[in-house]
Amino acid sequence: MFKSRQRQVEAVAGVDLNVVRGEIFGFLGPNGAGKTTTLRMLATLLPPSGGTAHVAGCDLATQPGKIRERIGYVGQAGGADREITGRTELVFQGRLYGLSVSAAQKRAAELIDMLELEGAADRKVGTYSGGQKRRLDIGLGLVHNPQLLFLDEPTTGLDPQSRARVWEEVRKMHDRGTTVFLTTHYLDEADALCDRVAIIDYGRIVAEGTPEELKRAIAGDVVTFTVAGEPQVALNLVKDQQFVRESSVEDGAIHLYVDRGEVAMPAILRLLDGAGLQLMTVELHRPSLDDVFLRRTGRSLREAAA
Amino acid sequence: MKLIRDTWLVFGRYFGLFIHNPLWVAVGVLQPVLYLVLFAPLLKPLQNMPGFPRGGAYNVFVPALLVQLGMFGAAGVGFSLISELRFGVIERLRVTPVSRVALLFGRALRDMLSIAVQSLILILIALPFGLSINPIGIIVVLGLIGLIGLLTASIAYAVALAVKSEDSYAPIVFTSTLPILLTSGVLLPLGLAPQWLKNIAAFNPLSYAVDAARAIFLAHLSDPSVLKGVVILAVLSVVAVVIGARQFGRAVA
Repeated sequence: MFKSRQRQVEAVAGVDLNVVRGEIFGFLGPNGAGKTTTLRMLATLLPPSGGTAHVAGCDLATQPGKIRERIGYVGQAGGADREITGRTELVFQGRLYGLSVSAAQKRAAELIDMLELEGAADRKVGTYSGGQKRRLDIGLGLVHNPQLLFLDEPTTGLDPQSRARVWEEVRKMHDRGTTVFLTTHYLDEADALCDRVAIIDYGRIVAEGTPEELKRAIAGDVVTFTVAGEPQVALNLVKDQQFVRESSVEDGAIHLYVDRGEVAMPAILRLLDGAGLQLMTVELHRPSLDDVFLRRTGRSLREAAA
Repeated sequence: MKLIRDTWLVFGRYFGLFIHNPLWVAVGVLQPVLYLVLFAPLLKPLQNMPGFPRGGAYNVFVPALLVQLGMFGAAGVGFSLISELRFGVIERLRVTPVSRVALLFGRALRDMLSIAVQSLILILIALPFGLSINPIGIIVVLGLIGLIGLLTASIAYAVALAVKSEDSYAPIVFTSTLPILLTSGVLLPLGLAPQWLKNIAAFNPLSYAVDAARAIFLAHLSDPSVLKGVVILAVLSVVAVVIGARQFGRAVA
């Protein structure tokens, strides 16, 4: 759907990515990594000082007007005025996209229904709960049925229910064929919601792929177990097995980094059993996107975000 | 065509915001009334003093009040824009295909209208006190004060978009308006001023507006200063609208 090559930009330097039509693409990274800057450039809000990008089939440098007609953008702050009702904002937004008064009213009613804002639509936005406000913000971005919707940190600051509700809306958009490009610093959000993820740090893409690919490519699985007796004995027993990539002992527990945990587990059990070692606990841990971030940047995303 | 439609839309939004806020409307109406009620008692004894300009007390001071109203009324409009920046409203509008000129001009037209209405209120209240002006004079002077409002508001929006915070915007407004008003001769006529001050005044577009307003209230509508004032303000307003619109088009955080 678009290609982007951005160079020589202070906040964003090595961003080169492709987003495929119809997918939910996640931009994962700590605060200050350059996610918002990239998004704002792609949404025509910020002129890039170099590089090229095609957004929704149009060239960013020469056709920003065309791009604006085809994309929706929901910024972190949202963009609805606190002194106006949600419905008024939706109608006005529709008018800005060229709809007639009646068409804009009809579209506003549709969106209010779709986003379940019936109870709030005719109140001032200042009275909305966090979740209602966010749904209205998303509605404002959807008024003109954009092909591509940018969502900047769509669930930051929301309670768990509202967050789940936003995810649901994003999935519904996806089902209707809208391409969604979102930024997040939540690992679980990138993991659960996105078809593909690019991890960004200090303005550079450090990894890109489906969450599954990324996790598998970096770390495989982690098997953690404890035995009754000397852990070093157990470690020596298993560490040279073909399926073990790396191993370590921490706090008396043996950590094995393996390609596929579900295959490694029975083999480990057999080895220990054959040596007469009693297994106390065993745990299979799938690597998280945080492990991916850790491997690529040397920091945990949780630390980087703090 | 799109520009007119977009300007009308933006104007409608901000006019609606204004008219639905009873406090703003009350302040807007009260402001000219207060100006006049507090000034009136000071005016009467002054008009017989030597050096007092020609015309009755009201015909000398009402033009000054109007110019001041036009400028003060519009100088503060950037505050609401800054709060909109903070809530992402401006960013949201900028990502739509709406004309950037309309984003500025639509708002500034609202400010222009509210200033013109306030000016009309002030003139109507002053009439029973002895202000004299003919209907054509009223129309011309409202246009003139409206242009002051448009010019000031456009600059105010451009400044607000550039500085992006009330903390920077407020001192700029407060330190710039008073010198501009003083050197325009609006508070005290510059007839008695030293030459250097007169030289500065010559570069102050507002002083031409003051001259024009005074001439209108002396019923000298054909006086060259009227045309001069209107043309200077109109040209500067166009420049300010263009600069302000470019500011809307550029990156704002």
